[in-house]
Amino acid sequence: MAVLAAKIEAAQARVSEADLPKGAAWAGQARARALGTLRAGGLPHKRDEYWKFTDPARLAAAETPTADVLPIDEKPVFYAVDRHRMVFVDGVLDTDISHPLKMDNVEIETLQQATGKDIHWARDLFGVLENNGQSPVQRPLAALNTATAKEGLVIRVTGKAQKPICLSNIRQEARTDAVIHHVIRLEEGAELTLLENGPSAARLNLVLEIELADGAVFNHVRTQGRDHQRVAANHMFVRLGRESRFKSFTLTANGTLTRSEAVIEMTGDDAHATISGASVGDGDFHHDDTVFLTHNAVNCESRQVFKKVLRNGATGVFQGKILVKADAQKTDGYQISQGLLLDDDSQFLAKPELEIYADDVICSHGSTCGAVDETALFYLTSRGVPKAVAQDMLVLAFLSEAIDEIEDSELAEDIRHRLEEWMQRHRT
Amino acid sequence: MLKIKDLNVKLEEEDKQILKGVDLEINLGEVHAIMGPNGSGKSTLSYVLSGKDGYVVTGGSASLDDADLLDMEPEDRAAAGLFLAFQYPVEIPGVGNMTFLRTAVNAQRKSRGEEELTAAEFLKLIREKAKALKIDAEMLKRPVNVGFSGGEKKRNEILQMAMLEPKMCVMDETDSGLDVDAMKLVAEGVNTLRDGTRSFLVITHYQRLLDHIKPDVVHIMADGKIIKTGGPELALEVENNGYADLLAEVA
Repeated sequence: MAVLAAKIEAAQARVSEADLPKGAAWAGQARARALGTLRAGGLPHKRDEYWKFTDPARLAAAETPTADVLPIDEKPVFYAVDRHRMVFVDGVLDTDISHPLKMDNVEIETLQQATGKDIHWARDLFGVLENNGQSPVQRPLAALNTATAKEGLVIRVTGKAQKPICLSNIRQEARTDAVIHHVIRLEEGAELTLLENGPSAARLNLVLEIELADGAVFNHVRTQGRDHQRVAANHMFVRLGRESRFKSFTLTANGTLTRSEAVIEMTGDDAHATISGASVGDGDFHHDDTVFLTHNAVNCESRQVFKKVLRNGATGVFQGKILVKADAQKTDGYQISQGLLLDDDSQFLAKPELEIYADDVICSHGSTCGAVDETALFYLTSRGVPKAVAQDMLVLAFLSEAIDEIEDSELAEDIRHRLEEWMQRHRT
Repeated sequence: MLKIKDLNVKLEEEDKQILKGVDLEINLGEVHAIMGPNGSGKSTLSYVLSGKDGYVVTGGSASLDDADLLDMEPEDRAAAGLFLAFQYPVEIPGVGNMTFLRTAVNAQRKSRGEEELTAAEFLKLIREKAKALKIDAEMLKRPVNVGFSGGEKKRNEILQMAMLEPKMCVMDETDSGLDVDAMKLVAEGVNTLRDGTRSFLVITHYQRLLDHIKPDVVHIMADGKIIKTGGPELALEVENNGYADLLAEVA
């Protein structure tokens, strides 16, 4: 009981009654429900089953933390891509330096605008997908987000978006909390590529609620800057309709604590979902991918592909679940998580889970952890490739399986290039 | 060119002496063959020369053009002109054959103070050499040795050798696992490189390969030592009589 009391107390400390966002009745209800969830269960604690490998203390702490702003001289990732930029400075949308809040086949509103309207399509999604995702595993930081977020975009895609939307983040202040909540709906047959880049804040709490109507196609590539001291909790709640396609890839380089949770539900037949990630950490790095993927329709395919490269005491965590409901026959589920440890000080912790109630199902999962292959390293160096370069080649090869999940080869190449640069900066 | 003097080597992990005083000298342009029964130390010799981990040199020396090989990292030995064709070429998923070779060629050129090859120059060169070895362009695009047949792997080794143009080529049982046609192809590749500016050390169990790659000198290795040295006729003797007679002769 003492733990629960502490969790509830921590939740209270994060919520200031006077500062809660205001809006239309439906939005108020969603926020009140989230607040109720938060107040009943409190913020996460390291004693919680799904926080055993990752101590949430810094994500839950009442105090806003400080993280040095990393001066970046290189071009931002995706700079060469023709994209519709929405720029957030310290977690706040800056319309002056963003592209307009509209695009062909795409409606874009701020969260504040959308939740202020008495009638809005987002009422069926805002806080709804998040709330559905609270069971069977509680996600208190997401509830905190729904209850308190004032920033974010509400995006409706009605056809094929002509270019990717890029959510670009820039940090200026060292001591910041950013709470951002995006709601995205792709109508029947619509297509969108969503990009995210740059660091948001010293501490980020980000929620994406995404719904794909029948036949919709959504591609997502996220990078998060490479500030060393930042902490972040990302949640993605996704609902997939019939024959829709969802693909999401996240690159995580650096960051003292990053938790990325994805809650994906396949509700229409013949849908496809891929969630993948590559992360690289050197020293004070802790990165956690937690996935809960539910098959609740017939003949759907899902893939989870996560690769982590760790050195100098860095920690990687993967918790991945595939739940196949009784009627989800012909499910094809795949899950792989792998850690590559570049020394003896680092660790990779993995907890794959399968829970299957249907009987005509293919589900495969694997998790491995190892060092660089010495035989391969010798082969490369014996041909004259310097050892450091050879090791980089092998590390990149290891990460490739995750990078290859990115649909667009140009975006994949961009990510690969960033990783090459990171490895060059982190040679021993 | 290659000078090996009284080379003594043991395993790092266990107290087991593998090489017990190997003496070998190969002059520029010569082709030497080393034959010998299983476990005689032939492969160990090739690994120690190229710098593989897991071995401890307990005595003696090995030098290439007067540079001390044993003191160098594997990549520096390669840059100095040494090349080992592996008995079991390594599969490296995720690393493209072409990327790998271009990185290797340019790293060597750079360390020798030569201009790096551009992508176009490299492509032209590799296409030419691959064609001669009947390696199709598809194979070059695939990850290093992944999904290659035994013969393809060995041809890929010779392609690497042709691209890197080493001074001293060590070939560790390149004939193992090859059918007659593949062996001829590999031998042709080697013979093309045999232009008097480089030397070869061919390690093999069988005389067959030496029909195609004619050696100048043949050594018999047993129990970590070279026990007999002679001309090409020595290989024929082994083929006809086996190693037993030779071993008895020395004992």
